Formats: sequence, C-alpha cells, structure tokens
Amino acid sequence: MSKDTYGIIATFDTSPEIYKAAKEVNKAGYSKFDVFTPFPVHGIEKVMGEKRSTLGSFTMIGGLAGFFTGMAIVAYMNFDYPLIVGGKVIFGPIFPFPIFYELTILLAAFGTLGGMFVLNNLPKHHHPVFEYENFGASSDDKFMIVIESEDPKFDESDTSSFLEKLGGYDVTAIPHKSETK
Amino acid sequence: MAHKAEDLNLPAETQILIAEAKPVDMPRRELVENNRDYNWITEKICGIVEDKTPTWWWVCISIAGLVATYTLAGLVYLVSTGVGVWGLNNPVNWGWAIVNFVFWIGIGHAGTLISAILCLLKQRWRTSINRTAEAMTIFAVVCAGIFPLFHVGRVWFAWWLFPLPNANGIWPNFRSPLEWDVFAVSTYFTVSALFWYMGMIPDLGLLRDRAKSLWRKYFYGALAMGWRNSARHWKNYEMAYLTLAGLSTPLVLSVHTIVSFDFAASILPGWHTTIFPPYFVAGAIFSGFGMVLTLMLPLRSVFKLHDLITQYHIDCMCKITLATGSMVGYAYAMEFFIAWYGANSFEAFAFINRAGGQYWWAYWIMISCNVITPQLFWFKWVRENTTLVWVMSLFVNVGMWFERFVITVTSLANDFLPSSWGYYSPTIVDIYTYIGTFGLFSFLFLLFLRFLPLIAIAEIKALALPQADPHNEDHPLNQKSSK
Repeated sequence: MSKDTYGIIATFDTSPEIYKAAKEVNKAGYSKFDVFTPFPVHGIEKVMGEKRSTLGSFTMIGGLAGFFTGMAIVAYMNFDYPLIVGGKVIFGPIFPFPIFYELTILLAAFGTLGGMFVLNNLPKHHHPVFEYENFGASSDDKFMIVIESEDPKFDESDTSSFLEKLGGYDVTAIPHKSETK
Repeated sequence: MAHKAEDLNLPAETQILIAEAKPVDMPRRELVENNRDYNWITEKICGIVEDKTPTWWWVCISIAGLVATYTLAGLVYLVSTGVGVWGLNNPVNWGWAIVNFVFWIGIGHAGTLISAILCLLKQRWRTSINRTAEAMTIFAVVCAGIFPLFHVGRVWFAWWLFPLPNANGIWPNFRSPLEWDVFAVSTYFTVSALFWYMGMIPDLGLLRDRAKSLWRKYFYGALAMGWRNSARHWKNYEMAYLTLAGLSTPLVLSVHTIVSFDFAASILPGWHTTIFPPYFVAGAIFSGFGMVLTLMLPLRSVFKLHDLITQYHIDCMCKITLATGSMVGYAYAMEFFIAWYGANSFEAFAFINRAGGQYWWAYWIMISCNVITPQLFWFKWVRENTTLVWVMSLFVNVGMWFERFVITVTSLANDFLPSSWGYYSPTIVDIYTYIGTFGLFSFLFLLFLRFLPLIAIAEIKALALPQADPHNEDHPLNQKSSK
C-alpha cells in the first residue's frame, strides 16, 4: 500500500489483552505483523501462527563440531608426538573423553547463542519500530502490535480501525526513517 | 492458582464431604509480595543502576580495590622471586593454591545450578536470584583461575597448557586430569558468561530504552544488540535459554567432577576414592549457596528488595544448603566407613590421621561448619532470622575452605613413609594472595551492581507475577477498570 509508512502500531495494557489481540490479528489473515512485549508472553507465538523454533539445529551443529574438533585435536597431537603414559593407548575414545565432552558443550553453547542471533536477525541496531516515540514502553509495561504496510491485507484506515476494535489505543502510523528526515 | 471448593460446581455429596473434611486452604507462596506491577519492578531494578552512585558504593569499591592489590603484590613478588615464596615444600607440594582454586571454583557452582538445573525443574523462585548468582559464578571462576595459573611456576609458559604449537614440538598430555581441568574450567567460564550475557540482553534493551545520557545510550545500546522485544524473537530466545540451561546442566556436574579427578586419579590414600566426584559436586553446590546467601541477604536490605527476595526465597536457599550439606556430611561418614570396610591400612590411617592427627583442628572446623551448621536449617525460626542465616552462611564458606584444606594437605603431609612426613604452613605471601582475591571478587561484584541489572527483570515479570499469565483475566491488575 502506502510506501511511506512502515506499519501501524497499537498499544495494549495487559498480557491477556495482547494475547487475544494477537490471536485475532492472525485470524483476520494478516501475516506480516509483530507483537512487542516486555517479557515472553506464554504461548503467544502459537496464536500468532509461528512454528516451533529451529534453534536446535544450530546447537546440534555446534555440539557435533565440538565433539569432532576435540577428537581431531587429541588424535592428531598424539600421533604427531606419541606420549606413552600409564601404559595407555596412543589414541582411544576413553582417556581423552573429558576433552570431547567439554568442547561439545562449549561449541554447542556458542552455536545456541549464535543461532539465536542469526534466527532473530540480530544485532540490528536500526529498526523502523524504534521510530515510534513511545516504543520504549514496550520493554517496561506496555504491549504493542505492529501490522506492517507490506502485508497484502494492509489498508491504512481499515487496519487502524481493526486494531482499535481489538482494544488497542494510541493507534499510530510509523513512518519509514527516510521520511522523518 | 488454588481454587476454592465452592467455585468448582461440584456435586452435592462431594460438597458435603468437603465441608466435613475441611481441607486446609494452602495457596502457593507469592514470589513477589505486595501485588507489585510491571512498572514497579522496572523502576526498582533500573533505579539501582540509574540513580546517583551511593557513597557506600565508593567506600566499598575503594576498600575492595585496595584489598585486590594484595593479590597483585603477592603475584608480582612470586613471579619476580620464585615459587619458593609460597609455603610449598616436600612432601606438601599442593598447598593453599590448590585449596583456594577448588574453593573458588566450588562457589561458582551455585550460580550454574540456579541458572541451569533449577530452570529445567521450573523452579520459578530462581528468577529473583539467578542474575546475581550467575555474576557470582563468573567472578568466582576469575579468582579461581589465578591460582593454578601461577602454580605452574613459570606463568609465562602457562599457554603450554593449551593445545598450541610450541618450539618444543610437544603437545599437552591429554591423559592427565590436570589437562582435563584446563578444558573443564575454561569451558565453564565461557559458557557461564554466555548464559549470563544472553539472559541479560532484554534487560539491557530496557536500560537502553530508558537511557538519558549519551554514554548510557551507547553502552547499553551496543550490549543490547538491537533487541526489540519482538514476540517472534522471544520464541527463539526462550528456546536458546532452555537449550543453554540444558547444556549447562552436565557442565555443573562435570566441572567439579573433573576437579575431583585431579585428586581421585592419583594413588594417594584419602584421595584415591570413587566417592570424590559426587562428593565434590555436592560440596560445591553447598559452598555456592553459602556464598549466594552471604551476598543476597545484604543486597536485599541495602537495596530494599524485600518484595522480590522474600522469606520464601530465603527458605528455598536454606533448604538447598541443608540438602547439600547433609550430602556432604554423608560423604564424610562414608569415607570413614569405606576406609574401614576396604581393609586398607594406609587408607584407614589417612582418615584417622585427618580427624586426630596434626591437622585435627582443621578437620573439626570443617565438621562443625559443614555438618552441624546446616542442620539448623531444619528449623523455621532459624530460616526466618535473617541475621542468623547470614552468619551461618559465613560458617559454610569457612567450612568449605577447610574441607579443601583437609583433603589437600592431610593426605600429602602424611603419606606412606613416615620418614618423608612433613608439616605444611602457608607463608605471608600465600595469605595475602588469598585475601586479595576476596578484594578482586568484591570489586568485580560491585561493578556489576552499579552497571548491570542485578535481577532478571523480564524473567521475573514473566514468571513471578500472576498477571503475566495471558489466561489470568481475573487478576485485578488485568481489569480495565483498575487503570
């Protein structure tokens, strides 16, 4: 629709209200919308139509990388310069197991944190929602919904009245940053 | 939430039965008292970071910084003179350095237990204390790391511990528990720091949104990574949080297990026992909760956090201290039993010598602090007397230090051959280096209190406030008319 607005934002006061509103927005057929809450509202991602997070694959990749890196380090170094200590074999899976174990956890943790950033498209210090002057309240005690102008169902007046009907107040259009300057 | 029987539309006979039996109404204890709202929590915690720096903070950090220089001076003297300035000598070549290392590493375990295991067990009370406990973990590991690092003798070669190519063409010995320790402790530190940081991202975003001064905007803005509280982000964030909790759980158990292998994989009587891993882990959690109580109780009264850290939280912490303290007491008893039952005269001597030999005083300090003290937590009036709990938590810290002293020193001082026996005493350098680490720990902790949110704001809003439940429409704070 209109290219100079990023989307329309509405504010809610309580967790049950935002939960219902998110459900209704999804039901009404909007797909490009987002909810901003000061804490994770339990189950809201389901009523927004989100699928289960795929973060686990990042953890898995990290963990496997850690395990095999540990194994590769120990194997290479023991064949490169064999240390025959305590009558143990040059390389085996048992004696250096703590190395594999710790590296599995270490790289799985990096994979998890990194995966969280990748999936969330962070760090991203600029985002149009920050242009909304009251946006800071969404990290304190307000709950907000933004319906983006790129949504096929988006219509400036219809969407605004829809959000008001859901109980949202301070319904405001957020301009793109280039327009404000 | 507890439901009243009359609200449930039960059949008449059931209602008569209920009226006869008069079941006691036992509502869950509130995690945040006085019916606080979201904004109150924001203002309370952010206020600690945003208000003018209190005078006591300057006084404390100056003292802490001064005390921390003891460690610095001790280490400079050690490196410039030689390891002989420590009290180590044959037969005791593991003295205070190892004792202090195990002591500090152990303290860290409470933070990881709270952030990992209690998260998986859905213990909601942890949200009031997890951030501070995790900070404690990280700073304790910093203090712990100093000792083995300098114990290697020539600290400038400490990088040989890592599998890096060096001019000798030799690699580390991966069969040694000491080498496992390098991996265990560095992983522990890194993963704890990652977990701590990730948990803080939403709160850093909140501080960024509230920031007035330019440096705050940049400082918190950079650290918050552009976090904007999107529900689509929360989904991945919560999954990451849960996954990190799952990953840290084996870490809690493995770090002190591997530390105990440093002892248990040797052949010395008193060390070479299979009970060491669980015994060390229980002891670590015990000492960690001792330190958590030592830190949280003063914080609670200084920052007036009584609504967030309630009597219920103190009860829970005391009960974990009691449980782990009892496990430690059981381990002490079992060591004696196995020393007798195993029919190994050296093993038997090692334990009789612990309790009645030249270090008997250390042993009995350990027993009275670690076995007797926590048993008082059975009593409700003890748990409700905050001052007493605090004093007892200090005893736990002292007792756990002595446990490591007893384990490390008694076995080394009196081993197989009486001709090689000795008596170990620390030197003044040992003592100052150790005292200094308390300064370093306090210094880092005070910086944390001043610049970072000391309670997980988003978590406590989500998990400890009843109005955060999206299905709790009946809550008074969720009613339209209340605004």
